[in-house]
Amino acid sequence: MKKMEMNQYLEVFIEESREHLQNCNEQLLQLEKNPENITIVNEIFRSAHTLKGMSATMGYEDMANLTHQMENVLDGIRNGKFDVSSDLIDLIFIAIDQLEAMVESIASGGDGSADVQETVEKLKFFGTEGSLPPQSDSKKEKVTSDINETSSSLKLTYDTYEMTVLEQSFEQGYIAYELTVSLRPDCLLKSARVYMVFNVLEKLGDIIKSNPPVEQLEEEQFDLQFTMTVITNESKEDIVKKIMKVSEIDNVHVVPIQLEDLQNKQKSTGETHPKKEDTNQKKDTEPKEQVQQKNKRGNLHKTIRVNINRLDELMNLFEELVIDRGRLEQISKDINHPELTDTVEKMSRVSSNLQSIILTMRMVPVESVFNRFPKMVRQLSRELHKKINLQIIGQETELDRTVIDQIGDPIVHLLRNSIDHGIEMPEERRKKGKPEEGSIELKAYHSGNHVFIEIIDDGAGINREKVLEKAIRKGVVSEEKADRLTDKEVYDLIFSSGFSTAEKITDISGRGVGLDVVKNTIESLGGSITVQSERDKGTRFTIQLPLTLTIISVMLVEIKQEKYAIPLTSIIETAIIKRSEIQYAHEQPVIDFRGKVVPLIFLKDVFQVPGEELEDDFLSIVIVRKGEKLAALVVDSFIGQQEIVLKSLGNFLTNVFAISGATILGNGQVALIIDCNALIK
Amino acid sequence: MIDNTNDTLSKIVAFSINDKEYGVDVQYVVSIEKIMPITRVPNVPSYIKGVINLRGIIIPIIDLRTRFQIEEKPYDEHTRIVIIKIKDKQVGFIVDEAHDVIQISEGNVEAQPDIIGSEKKEYIDGIIKIEDRLLMLLNIEQIMNV
Repeated sequence: MKKMEMNQYLEVFIEESREHLQNCNEQLLQLEKNPENITIVNEIFRSAHTLKGMSATMGYEDMANLTHQMENVLDGIRNGKFDVSSDLIDLIFIAIDQLEAMVESIASGGDGSADVQETVEKLKFFGTEGSLPPQSDSKKEKVTSDINETSSSLKLTYDTYEMTVLEQSFEQGYIAYELTVSLRPDCLLKSARVYMVFNVLEKLGDIIKSNPPVEQLEEEQFDLQFTMTVITNESKEDIVKKIMKVSEIDNVHVVPIQLEDLQNKQKSTGETHPKKEDTNQKKDTEPKEQVQQKNKRGNLHKTIRVNINRLDELMNLFEELVIDRGRLEQISKDINHPELTDTVEKMSRVSSNLQSIILTMRMVPVESVFNRFPKMVRQLSRELHKKINLQIIGQETELDRTVIDQIGDPIVHLLRNSIDHGIEMPEERRKKGKPEEGSIELKAYHSGNHVFIEIIDDGAGINREKVLEKAIRKGVVSEEKADRLTDKEVYDLIFSSGFSTAEKITDISGRGVGLDVVKNTIESLGGSITVQSERDKGTRFTIQLPLTLTIISVMLVEIKQEKYAIPLTSIIETAIIKRSEIQYAHEQPVIDFRGKVVPLIFLKDVFQVPGEELEDDFLSIVIVRKGEKLAALVVDSFIGQQEIVLKSLGNFLTNVFAISGATILGNGQVALIIDCNALIK
Repeated sequence: MIDNTNDTLSKIVAFSINDKEYGVDVQYVVSIEKIMPITRVPNVPSYIKGVINLRGIIIPIIDLRTRFQIEEKPYDEHTRIVIIKIKDKQVGFIVDEAHDVIQISEGNVEAQPDIIGSEKKEYIDGIIKIEDRLLMLLNIEQIMNV
């Protein structure tokens, strides 16, 4: 395939390869848990098979080579030749890692070549012996002899495309020959003779390949012999006769091509020329496979790729539109002209729909970040000889694309932290009366205008003394102050820069560049991170991230002369209660809301709103929530619901208590947005 | 902008607070605006009066009178907001009046005397003497330091 043509397939190739590799990863982990399950093996096999085909078509030989060997081993498992073992899975993981590296290399403009020889040979050995090679030397010999044994009389090798053509021709009853034509040594016009031979053959059938290639033949860049592959329905004798009519031909050697020979040949030379199929048995499974793939495709929606910058631009333009829409709504209300009101209302509806589409375009499920973790956890726990069960919950939770892109590394770090420092060694866990297998839970969920990601382990917890000792040594806190710190304050010390509590420095974490970087990254995304821990029970890291929905629905409320916006996503309902309904629990005013005791928060006090006190018998309250917790915010009046553009207060005013940002109202004034999460403890 | 040569020119935006003249280097000044509605922000230091909407951007406002612990006075038609941008931070300074942009050379700037009035010393970078005017060159970063 020419370079130009390839480029348009390259993106598809990369994307699909990633998908298939990810699928292999996931299925392999499943397989390790259910080693008897042949359906899983089949699934991996299918992915590997598709990968092989794609990479061979695209000309990435190392990739095709490696997948080919992987496929053989998988086939062995499928046929019950050998059992699934951790060693075997490790080996396949190594192969997949290398494949991933190759795909990434291709994606970043590389040629996707890599030294895969060692893995290939290990897989090959496994494929024949059912165990890992004891030494690489003895196995190498074996490989060479294998090739010699199965060499066939065919001279040419075929790529996937050519193989397909050949297979199809056979199915349609054609015959294929390899013709080797030798010219007389005294031949003067070699290219002319070649031309005549081609001419004759083209009348008899199709030439699908020649060696050397046609261009070289035309330029006479060959000695006296050339080989062609012809698909025809003429007999061998007829062909020879017709070719011999061309003058200056010495002899013609014709070898009929048998599909089986071809496949054997591909198998034996698989190392350098990966091909489509290697055993007849695989052939049997293929039609089914294709049908299944077709079904899979049919369910997928058509997608196009859009540069994220264009989406950002679209978003910015839309924000301006929303501000003007607010202004327009205000004007039409003031003018109160029925036709104008109608039009404005219609425009509002259309733009609301537009908005939800724009917003959802930018949302991506966290799955795309989470799906690489199971493998990572598996590898790390094996390296550290710990037993860990990773549970992922809520991977369908959606987050803005820009956040997704940056959240991966912090989570990797926290997971590594939990695996390395949190979960204890199996013996230690047994001594503590815990199950040998530690558990790490990775959880994502929406709450209000935020997405929470939690990493919860049931490990040793944070050791207060160790943290303090280290903090004092590093000068993070003074000794006198240290005693007075609450546990929570102590735990927060682990986020200070240059802090590491690992007693030994491992590969996994504990180089001292750690949690402070995590904290900074999360804060730069407008989020926050907190840690809770209990000795010997475990540790919970909670990351709170904004959805970065820059346009949100809010309830506008009034407190004395000031207007505030409360995000609708935090609001459960609004109500009006009698002052006499207020009760007190530990001097905290509370109300009974549908059988629940809900603390009452007077916003005028929290925000120290100036102005005269209104003594009313009735209170307007907004019930808001953070996760499971509720609070009732007392306001003076409700103005109504509105779509607003979330604006930041800038880099000067950061961390204003209970204010998450500001917005510009229809009249051009600024209203502050209340951060309900900060109000609920 | 200011280097070691004595007659390097720089431009200063001059304004007054409580009948004293102050200046900031023009490179930090984005624009000078008339007073506009300010939305109060709760639980921030008292010299931060709130935020304004400046053509779609939210900008926090510092009242320099409050910052310098000078008695506040009601805003009037002379009151201006000097929009300052330093590094990635934008703020507006409320001043009594903004006059003009003057050109100074390095020679016009003197180290500040020990006592210059009620403003804290750290807010002042130096004194500019030009003809018969005396301006205090403000240290913006110190003023913004919360």
